[in-house]
Amino acid sequence: MTHVQHLKPFLRKTPFHAPMEALMHGNGWIRWMGYYSPAFFDSVSGEYFATRTGCTLYDVSPLIKYSIRGADAAKFMNFLVTRDITKVKPMQAAYTAWCDDDGKMIEEGTIFRLGENDFILNAALHQLHWLHESAYGFDVTIEEISERLCGLALQGPTSRDLLKVMGVGGIETLPHFGIMETTLDGHWMRIDRAGFTGDLGYELWVKPESAHWLWDTLMRLGDPYKIAPIGSQALDMVRIEAGFILVDADYIGAMHAIRPTQRESPIEAGIGWAVGLKKDAYFVGKRALQQEKAKVTSRHILMGIEVEGRKPANGAFLYADKAAKQEIGLTTSGMWSPILKKSIAFARVPPAYAKPGTEIWTEIWYPKEKKIERLMARCTVTSRMFFDPPRKKA
Amino acid sequence: MYDTAIIGAGHNGLVTATYLAKAGQKVIVVEASDRIGGAAVTREFAPGFKVSGVAHILHALHPRVVADLGLRLDRTPIGTSVLLPEGKSIDITADAAATAASIGKVSPADAEAWPRVTARLNKIATALGSFLSRTPPSPAISANDFQTKLALGMFALQLRMLGKKDMLELTRILTMNVADLANDHFESDAIKGLLSLDATLGVYLGPRSPNTVFNLLYRLSSYGKHGMGGLFLPKGGMGAVAKALEDAARRAGVEIRTSAPVDHILLEKEIATGLVLKGGEEIRASNIASSADPQTTLLKLVQPGNLDTEFMKRIRHLRMNGCVAKVHLALDGLPDAWKSRNGRLVVAPKTDYVERAFDCAKYGRVADKPALEIVIPSLTDASLAPPGKHVASILFQYAPYKLRETPPDEARRQVLERTIDTLDVLAPGLRTRVIGSEALTPQDLERDYGLAGGQWHQGEVTLDQMFFLRPAGQYQQYRMPIPGLWLCGAGAHPGGNVSGAAGMNAAREILKATKARKVAA
Ligand SMILES: Cc1cc2nc3c(=O)[nH]c(=O)nc-3n(C[C@H](O)[C@H](O)[C@H](O)COP(=O)(O)OP(=O)(O)OC[C@H]3O[C@@H](n4cnc5c(N)ncnc54)[C@H](O)[C@@H]3O)c2cc1C
Repeated sequence: MTHVQHLKPFLRKTPFHAPMEALMHGNGWIRWMGYYSPAFFDSVSGEYFATRTGCTLYDVSPLIKYSIRGADAAKFMNFLVTRDITKVKPMQAAYTAWCDDDGKMIEEGTIFRLGENDFILNAALHQLHWLHESAYGFDVTIEEISERLCGLALQGPTSRDLLKVMGVGGIETLPHFGIMETTLDGHWMRIDRAGFTGDLGYELWVKPESAHWLWDTLMRLGDPYKIAPIGSQALDMVRIEAGFILVDADYIGAMHAIRPTQRESPIEAGIGWAVGLKKDAYFVGKRALQQEKAKVTSRHILMGIEVEGRKPANGAFLYADKAAKQEIGLTTSGMWSPILKKSIAFARVPPAYAKPGTEIWTEIWYPKEKKIERLMARCTVTSRMFFDPPRKKA
Repeated sequence: MYDTAIIGAGHNGLVTATYLAKAGQKVIVVEASDRIGGAAVTREFAPGFKVSGVAHILHALHPRVVADLGLRLDRTPIGTSVLLPEGKSIDITADAAATAASIGKVSPADAEAWPRVTARLNKIATALGSFLSRTPPSPAISANDFQTKLALGMFALQLRMLGKKDMLELTRILTMNVADLANDHFESDAIKGLLSLDATLGVYLGPRSPNTVFNLLYRLSSYGKHGMGGLFLPKGGMGAVAKALEDAARRAGVEIRTSAPVDHILLEKEIATGLVLKGGEEIRASNIASSADPQTTLLKLVQPGNLDTEFMKRIRHLRMNGCVAKVHLALDGLPDAWKSRNGRLVVAPKTDYVERAFDCAKYGRVADKPALEIVIPSLTDASLAPPGKHVASILFQYAPYKLRETPPDEARRQVLERTIDTLDVLAPGLRTRVIGSEALTPQDLERDYGLAGGQWHQGEVTLDQMFFLRPAGQYQQYRMPIPGLWLCGAGAHPGGNVSGAAGMNAAREILKATKARKVAA
């Protein structure tokens, strides 16, 4: 966690800062993309359970947002990202990766298709230079609009009901990954049904001048729905349960790898499903990814594992056997999942082991009574989507 | 359906076509212009006056191309004269004693040094030159076939066989600037000036810029056994070379279409499968080889969205800033001073003269006092001008492609005026002899010959754009990222000049790939 004390003069405040500051009980501010961002407000486990049982607000304003429009915008997006954009209809969102020439992942994020040739791309890291370079020859206008929109992720089982009482007409019929726009009390708002929790949830985008209205309205109406603000620590727990990878935690973005071999392909990073190798258009890195697929040169694939016992297996070695003779990889993120009552982790395993049901072993070192103990725990390879309730898409 | 469709009937396109046709392929060459030869042409620029339109001295044509294609070229060997004030000159010819005597009038020390230094430079350049006709190795070792590895091994051996002293000298001078090299060996301004021009012709560099020795070695590499062995004026102008290549191509069964500009390369399922002409006509072929420059080929003829981002950037950033203008003069007679000047005449009296000319270009202006390379081919070739009259073909260094404030028409006027001003001093009375003229700036050359940036080599010949980096790392073996697309012009290894080496090497790689495909199928 980055301590922000010495950065205070430089950090910016998102439009939600003032109401969040009022609820900040601990010293929970961290830095995210140059903004104050909450790591926690009070109790991480409280925030975690609020997300899984009620609904929570997380300030996603620091995300980098790009507007991409113009006569060739659809063509360009299809060239830029790995997903087949022709299959994403206007007012739909899609999760995708984008790669460098070698098919190594620069980042992954969400694309919002607002119109035939009108897109927004949300990213965790700055991409403008890459977007401009890639757009050579296309008739598109690319603009960073990060400060023109601010947003709250409203996530959790009661989120839809809260939006209903707020008066958002049509929220019941908004499909998973759908986008809608509405105006309430004179405030324009764009809602998409996506998020980082793997549960029923929405992202609400407003103009900065509407930020306080949005926060206050949700908090005022949200009490019966057990609303609570959360920070990134609780979010990190739910995103692991949901199987979402995080740049620089589960893979290293191609642009800041310090060695070429640190880079990973989206197939290796476990989102091969988001790579449209069959789409009828070239995209950056496609030839390299086709080669990887054809010649089976993926070095590993990021899978989920369920670990026997209660110990979290974070950054732990993985072995083919209990005797730890054959090392096969490492875990990236791992945790004890309070809701699943299981120890779960993301595991980088060779393709041969990347099949659900495969038994592997992990070596966990943990402190106990002033000693460090070693444990070999049996693991079962699974999908990374540990937590996937039907209401997510219903 | 053709085996190979070639974009551009420049000399390299014709060479590739002929090699492929001789190997049994069905080949078509599609040329935008109404004439054949690309930058190797003869043109009538004033009634009755003909001249080599762009390239005017033949020295680099690869002997293997000449032999394999059975070319017969009528040509006149020429020497070089460095023009000095008051009608004097240093004359460098094949006659060593006469050359020494001529240099000796200016500097006895340089007369002694000249044969020694040039022999050494030629030896080094010739060792390097052995790679002109080879396919550059890929830095990804596994991407090289046995032939390429062997070629690399032989190349290393050649360099080693230079001996310890010369090999050390090569490593010392390879990245150096020519002004320092000239100072190492010579004392006279005239010799230093000559080296300054030879080392900078065709690159956007001044004599004090690093890399100019490399450009000099590049030029010298074709003076020995990997080229024509000296400087020549082709009878009938450079167009005669293109004509010989065209005849060879037609003999081998190549189909050639002129006035057929390619609009774009047809891609199906991300594979190059044909050409679409400006009129909409489609020509289908298993291989597409482009002799147009890499920027034209990859940024224009390949439609957006088919090449990776960083690769596109590399191609966009190729240095293509042409800096040589061409001047053609129709003369109703020659001033006395030039009546027997049938060789190459050089105006580059000293290093600083060339450097100052470059300074102008550096700041986006036409050189106030240009360095010039002049030939009067009509002295040895009566077919180029009416009886008693003459043509002069002149390279004007430097006239930058990227002008800062000068409007293009003004730049063209300056090129012509400054050429005549300069020459009238060296050959008094020349001005009054001019009855027709033409000046072509790099922008004009781009427009008339499709040379991007008006660049001599379809991309500067500097160490970072040569060998396995030409046109871009990983793509040095003529094969472009899109399956079925090849590069066969000067923009590929080993670069420009009327040499045919790029065309020959590309044909070899295309044939290898075709064979491999057949074996696999
Ligand atoms: C001012 C100047 C002076 C030079 N002097 C000399 C010299 O004295 N000696 C020497 O050896 N070299 C000289 N050179 C270099 C030499 O002329 C070139 O390096 C050489 O001619 C390049 O040959 P090429 O076949 O590779 O390409 P090019 O000759 O450029 O041929 C490419 C062909 O492709 C065609 N083409 C392009 N686009 C399309 C399209 N879309 N559709 C169809 N066709 C297309 C063009 O019309 C052209 O015919 C000089 C160059 C310059 C600029």
